[in-house]
Amino acid sequence: MKDNKDKPLERIWNGIYVENPVFCLILGMCPTLATTTSATNAIGMGLSTTAILVASNLMISLLKGIIPNRMRIPSYIVIIASFVTIVEFLMEGFFPSVYASLGIYIPLIVVNCIIMGRAEAYAGKKGPVESVFDGLGMGIGFTLALLLIGSVREIVGAGTWFGAKITPAIYEPVNLFILAPGAFLVMAFFVAIMNKLKIGAARRTDWDPTENGCADCSSCAKLGFCGGKPAAAEEEVKA
Amino acid sequence: MDTVYNVSPSPHVRDNVTTQKIMGAVALALLPASAAGVILYGVHALLVLIVSIASAVLSEYVFEKITNRPVTIYDLSAVVTGLLIGLNMPPEVPVFIPVLGSIFGIIVVKQLFGGIGQNFMNPALGARCFLIISFSSQMTDFAAKGGIMGASAVDAVSSATPLATLKTGAAFPLGDLFLGTTLGTIGETSAFALLIGAVFLLWIKVIDLRIPLSYIGTFFVLVLVTALIRGYEAPLYYTVCEIFAGGLMLGAWFMATDYASSPMTANGQLIYGVCLGVLTFLFRMVSKSNEGVSYAIIFMNCLTPMIEQFTRPLAFGIKREKEAKHE
Repeated sequence: MKDNKDKPLERIWNGIYVENPVFCLILGMCPTLATTTSATNAIGMGLSTTAILVASNLMISLLKGIIPNRMRIPSYIVIIASFVTIVEFLMEGFFPSVYASLGIYIPLIVVNCIIMGRAEAYAGKKGPVESVFDGLGMGIGFTLALLLIGSVREIVGAGTWFGAKITPAIYEPVNLFILAPGAFLVMAFFVAIMNKLKIGAARRTDWDPTENGCADCSSCAKLGFCGGKPAAAEEEVKA
Repeated sequence: MDTVYNVSPSPHVRDNVTTQKIMGAVALALLPASAAGVILYGVHALLVLIVSIASAVLSEYVFEKITNRPVTIYDLSAVVTGLLIGLNMPPEVPVFIPVLGSIFGIIVVKQLFGGIGQNFMNPALGARCFLIISFSSQMTDFAAKGGIMGASAVDAVSSATPLATLKTGAAFPLGDLFLGTTLGTIGETSAFALLIGAVFLLWIKVIDLRIPLSYIGTFFVLVLVTALIRGYEAPLYYTVCEIFAGGLMLGAWFMATDYASSPMTANGQLIYGVCLGVLTFLFRMVSKSNEGVSYAIIFMNCLTPMIEQFTRPLAFGIKREKEAKHE
């Protein structure tokens, strides 16, 4: 597993499933909850975030040698804000309807914690190729998560998908789902399903802490898998 | 090692009160109000009540079977939840609405948080608010077609609910409010039937007076002062009308007193009741909406853990930090 780390495919799978920004890292909640009222909005938000994420990851990775450590956060924000401005103008020009419905959430991508998080945790330390694929994986993971939440909310809450009526006429749309409480409910259900899948998978395979390099549980992102038990058992054996 | 000793921590005092008995008593106390609803609004009201109860019990059974938990439908808590959901429905509501409400109340509000005793808000009120937000037109259409109200000369379509009349500052015939011959949800209109149930619950000590009295008392004082300031005609009469109208009686006696979602401590219950009164007053008299009982109660349900933390009584022999420092 160590050999695979930082390979393009591993990065993309990492972003989609292993560390899905919405369902596993619980990052970027503000756009996730606010812009998933319809599948169209969700795709628009997801793709624009992906474009900015890839571009800013690449730029930050290239510039990491000349950005002074103490000035890195302001520098990251300047880089991200530049790309957000570009995407904002492009969307306003080419997709005015999506731009209008996303409104303030496009400029707010500047402070999206997924982008800042990847800059800080990955792009600021790794090479440009890995960073691009990391941004791509995270972006696709974010887009898919938004699309899932947006589809469920739109179908249940309005009876439509991408604006087209798909439910039979007898179906009464449950208005709650396109309002704020629906966002929290649907989101929570997906997180629960994701946890069930992952914890189930971890239980099926014998989790070997030494092989996976997670002997130090406090800093391990996969603590939810094993609950720290295998590592503790390992220490007992050593003692 | 043949003998297994039952070693358990205190308390060792046992009582024969069970969840089933308490829930049965609550269901029994709600019977007068249910009967009044059926008499007032006809057969469809009875259908709504039966469907609500059946779907609540069935959701609980199916969820617990699927998740391999002990089946708790015999403790009657799902029956009470279903009955309360039914009593909170308008008389001519399409039947799928209480079914959705029961499923939401039992599975999302109750079972997903751990089942009976773990629900963070009253399942019936959670379901009611879910339905009001989702199906606002059906949930606020109080036209009656059957029963006394359907047969009476009242123009069912155009006549307003008591709360809508009171909102304008005009009083409402108090006798109608007391008996329940007004438009409203199935179980909330007859203050008389609800009070019979409440007295029964007080008598067998399933509920005590702290929450309902502090709730209604606070609401009474605030509405009376407002009516005086606004210069309504007969402010005292108006205030009594406000108390008997809408869901206040049902909410204060039967839903705010839910064990799992209201504070356990005596002082906490008083704080909870006063806050409920203030919130209901704000919703009804200051905001634009007519009704505010359900939102007030689920809001305070969410604050219950905090209230309990601030009013936790001291165990015998333990001193508060300040006093301990003085010594």
